[in-house]
Amino acid sequence: MARQTPLVEAHRAAGGRMVDFAGWELPVQYESVVAEHEAVRAAAGLFDVSHMGEIEFSGPGALDAVNGLISNDLDRCADGQALYAGLLNDEGGFVDDVVVYRFSPQRILLCVNASNREKDFAWMCERFPDIRPRQRSDDFAQLALQGPASAAILQRLTSSSLSALGNYRFTEGEVAKVPCLISRTGYTGEDGFELYCSPGAALSLWNALLEEGRAEGLKPAGLGARDSLRTEVKYPLYGQDIDAVHTPLEAGLSWAVKLDKERFVGKAALQAQKERGPQRKWVGFELTESGVPRHGYPVLAPSGSEGSGGSGAQRVGEVTSGTFGPAVQRPIGMAYVPVALAREGTPLQIEIRGRAVAAQVVKTPFWRRKA
Amino acid sequence: MVEDPKELKYTKDHEWARRAEPDAQRLVIGIPRHAGESLGDVVYVELPKVGSELKAGQPFGAVESTKAVSELFAPISGKVVRVNEALAASPHTVNEDPYGQGWMVEVEPAEPGAYEALLDVEAYRQLIAQ
Repeated sequence: MARQTPLVEAHRAAGGRMVDFAGWELPVQYESVVAEHEAVRAAAGLFDVSHMGEIEFSGPGALDAVNGLISNDLDRCADGQALYAGLLNDEGGFVDDVVVYRFSPQRILLCVNASNREKDFAWMCERFPDIRPRQRSDDFAQLALQGPASAAILQRLTSSSLSALGNYRFTEGEVAKVPCLISRTGYTGEDGFELYCSPGAALSLWNALLEEGRAEGLKPAGLGARDSLRTEVKYPLYGQDIDAVHTPLEAGLSWAVKLDKERFVGKAALQAQKERGPQRKWVGFELTESGVPRHGYPVLAPSGSEGSGGSGAQRVGEVTSGTFGPAVQRPIGMAYVPVALAREGTPLQIEIRGRAVAAQVVKTPFWRRKA
Repeated sequence: MVEDPKELKYTKDHEWARRAEPDAQRLVIGIPRHAGESLGDVVYVELPKVGSELKAGQPFGAVESTKAVSELFAPISGKVVRVNEALAASPHTVNEDPYGQGWMVEVEPAEPGAYEALLDVEAYRQLIAQ
């Protein structure tokens, strides 16, 4: 039996097509993935992301404990700042990717992937037996308001000043009389906010936002649009694009790794990998023929190319994520390929139902928000 | 909401077939409204070339939405005589007009009686109601 968020009835009433995602019953779409995707790019969309997990460290030593677990550096962060980071294993692969909220050096909250919340918690307890984190996943619902109209809509419902809230900053305040953690973050490549509130208040917050944004074109949006939106900006999805065997250096996330930090789990492995140079790289590609690349499809080096070894086309990797990008209007995807094939313009082939379809490595993100 | 037309035949693999005009020996094939809806926004339709042979029950192409891919299964055996080239530029027609402009291929059946053996609309409705 899948877990339900406080909004499950609202999703069904709005015509949401419910699916099981990471053990949660969530809407993959309401009316149309493309319409919801376009709403987020042009105006705004509202997502129920209550399945995401939260883990809190509090007390003296909280900052140091978390900093020893993550690849990015909380010491370079101010209170009220959020930080994207890898939670790594000793080999430098991902246990999870997380957003870390620094309330103060004594209070740190991590937002973790739904599929990883129990694993992450157990792993943190094991690594730090003296500082016990608190599993707070059931204490929060989370709504993501995303798109260029988000700030205007949200500002009418809160007395917190949003113009003072920069990207990856957060504050605590009321939205439509609901106490929230208001975070200027998201997973769509647009300006937007993630609002954490108590599960009991989620429905009232959801309804207030939808009502307030209706005139601007705000729509409820499902997992389908969430996935196509994040793919267009090449944000990784844990379990698909990043996992225990791929490192942040291979995934192009070195900006979230601070090797000059004194210590963190996985540092030695990443340092060694950096010195040797990573052997593979996570790249974006687009098809130059028609088709749609999907997770798991083989990636081939065309015969006669640098990576093929001279003979016929050779399998060099597989597609981690792929879709037809509704905003870029092209079939796009990502894959790990040998570094020799990672340069922009390198021809690749994607095997789609037994047919080799031409593709090439392109500059990413595929889509960039309007300034 | 578009009703599934009564004069068409259907398959358990979610295709429809109807007699072509003017040559009623030939069949036109597409996917029902229900199939397009469960797939979501269609973004790409992969169709066979004119002249290729379809084999009943075997895949002959695919319909892709933003989130999933679904193979097309031939309702009957036969030779493809016409392909709806317009779907390349406007795949979404499969959602918007599944029984009209969203048709996919026209086929010269290998066996004349194959069409009559397909499901009628009532049998198909029962199938999707399950």
